[in-house]
Amino acid sequence: MRRFGPLHMTALAAGLAFLYLPMLILIAYSFNASRLVTVWGGFSTRWYASLLQNQPLLDAAWLSLQVAFVSATIATILALLAAVALVRYGRFRGRTLFSGMIGAPLIMPEVVTGLSLLLLFVALGLDRGFWTVTIAHVTLTMCFATVVIQSRLVAFDASLEEAAQDLGAPPWKAFLTVTLPILAPAVAAAWMLAFTLSLDDLVIASFTTGPSATTLPMRLYSAVRLGVTPEINAASTILIAFVAIVVVSASLVVKRELVTRP
Amino acid sequence: MNQRTARKAARRSVGSVRRTCAPWAEPGARPLVEFCSVTKAYGEVTAVDRLSLSIYPKEFFALLGPSGCGKTTLMRMLAGFEAPTSGDILLDGVDVTAMPPHRRPTNMMFQSYALFPHMSVWDNIAFGLKQEGMARPDIKARVEEMLALVRLEALARRRPDQLSGGQRQRVALARSLAKRPKVLLLDEPLGALDRKLREATQFELMDLQADLGLTFLMVTHDQDEAMTMADRIAVMDHGRIVQVAPPEEIYEQPANRYVAEFVGDVTVAEGTVTGIAGDIVRIEAAHFGTLEIDEEEGRARMDAPALVALRPEKLNIGHDEPPQTVNKVRGEIWDIAYLGDFTMMQVKVGGDDGPLVKAAIANRSRRMERPFAWDDIVWLWWDVEAGVLIDP
Repeated sequence: MRRFGPLHMTALAAGLAFLYLPMLILIAYSFNASRLVTVWGGFSTRWYASLLQNQPLLDAAWLSLQVAFVSATIATILALLAAVALVRYGRFRGRTLFSGMIGAPLIMPEVVTGLSLLLLFVALGLDRGFWTVTIAHVTLTMCFATVVIQSRLVAFDASLEEAAQDLGAPPWKAFLTVTLPILAPAVAAAWMLAFTLSLDDLVIASFTTGPSATTLPMRLYSAVRLGVTPEINAASTILIAFVAIVVVSASLVVKRELVTRP
Repeated sequence: MNQRTARKAARRSVGSVRRTCAPWAEPGARPLVEFCSVTKAYGEVTAVDRLSLSIYPKEFFALLGPSGCGKTTLMRMLAGFEAPTSGDILLDGVDVTAMPPHRRPTNMMFQSYALFPHMSVWDNIAFGLKQEGMARPDIKARVEEMLALVRLEALARRRPDQLSGGQRQRVALARSLAKRPKVLLLDEPLGALDRKLREATQFELMDLQADLGLTFLMVTHDQDEAMTMADRIAVMDHGRIVQVAPPEEIYEQPANRYVAEFVGDVTVAEGTVTGIAGDIVRIEAAHFGTLEIDEEEGRARMDAPALVALRPEKLNIGHDEPPQTVNKVRGEIWDIAYLGDFTMMQVKVGGDDGPLVKAAIANRSRRMERPFAWDDIVWLWWDVEAGVLIDP
């Protein structure tokens, strides 16, 4: 391996600092004993304790977890189907259009996605709340999940599924017993990605939710408008830790699969 | 030692049984597999063209041809992975043309082996039996029988990625044999093995096929593989079968120039028939002078164009002119390839624009100095049994 010179080290440190210093400051201040956000008053976990008393915030967190869980599950199933269609059925009529439409939300500004979904829900006369946010998050996350599963499916040896059929498994059973278990790490990674994207989302949720359903990012954002409190720092720190755990385990799952694959 | 001798003896007896086994020649024999005028077209490209073929029970049948000749497509149609554009496929008298792969009583050993990477060797072999809904104790017995057959008992709990190439090949074989298919399909079965292992495996496969009394259909582009193992070979070209015959006949009596040139080395002399006397056909060929060949089937016509195929090992080579008046030609050595067991010479005959003739000499002595060198002027000669008349 090449050794880093001082210039490289400086550049790397600056880059990492740019990315992570704000978060580190936030995490540090979440353990601040003082009520004043910018004044260090000693180490304390009191804001984490008071967080547990903050019912609206806990409700929002619980709602966000539910939305993330349901939308990630639906998005992953749809993504799996879309990836199979795109990879397996070769050049069917409208494939390019289909592929483009799945990928579009990747580059679409979230404001546009959110606004168009809001218009759709209003036009359909749907009561905005848990389900509209969930559906909106499926739209947002499915394209990411599709990309993850599709890239694994491209490398998948189609003769494995043929072998299963040859040995007497009907196509659906060959898919469930051979293809799906082999794809499982990619499917898990796609689910976790969709989960964290949904958990983080503020813009689309703001457009598509109603008064009854406030997600955690929305609650945090509105709280910040009244002034940053150490409690918010604590809640954000928990969110960061949660997302970090999910992302790290997703990448470990994928990496482990790469290592064990022959 | 004793055991080894016994196994050798068994192999010999198996071998002798195999050679006398010719189910296609028996009167009243019923084919196990029948392709009836099968065509497979992909858009403009015709992969298999109105092909008819019968394969008989207990045959070891090989489809031989270059890549793109349609042999793999033909096999995949029998397995059910491709549907014919037209024509019928019969298996044991039943029309299976529209039957999906999972219902067909055929099993396939894939070129890539296609072992399930997330299952142990044991589960790979048991997979097909579980699909059948076979009872647990029966599955156990059958898997153990298969493991013993391919001598992998010790590795039953391993995953495919913990096995060597040869071991994987044997797992794939055991898995495809476990359901006792009516026909076992082998797609380039030995392609991924190194040479030594390939030779050993060839004989194992032949023994297995004879012992189990199964019908094997093999696809290969490797003529040695086909010649060694198959009872009959179908040579394919552009979606059609050019010749179906036992290996000896494919080699010694090729139907046409394509077969002669695809299987083994050959020199083809082009000429005109100038005399027929009994079985002896006389041909005048450019660069070769007068050729005489023994042709028992009466295929020669006076004054008709004729092709004579000459195999390198049937030619003699020497510095002195042979006494015979026909079947000889003078030339210059252009190339010498020493291959250990024999040496292949390329001899330019009939001047600079003449053809290169291949002649092989067996290296029966260990003497290093060779009697021939580059640019030597030599004579090639052969007897009336050497050449064979072939179609264009």
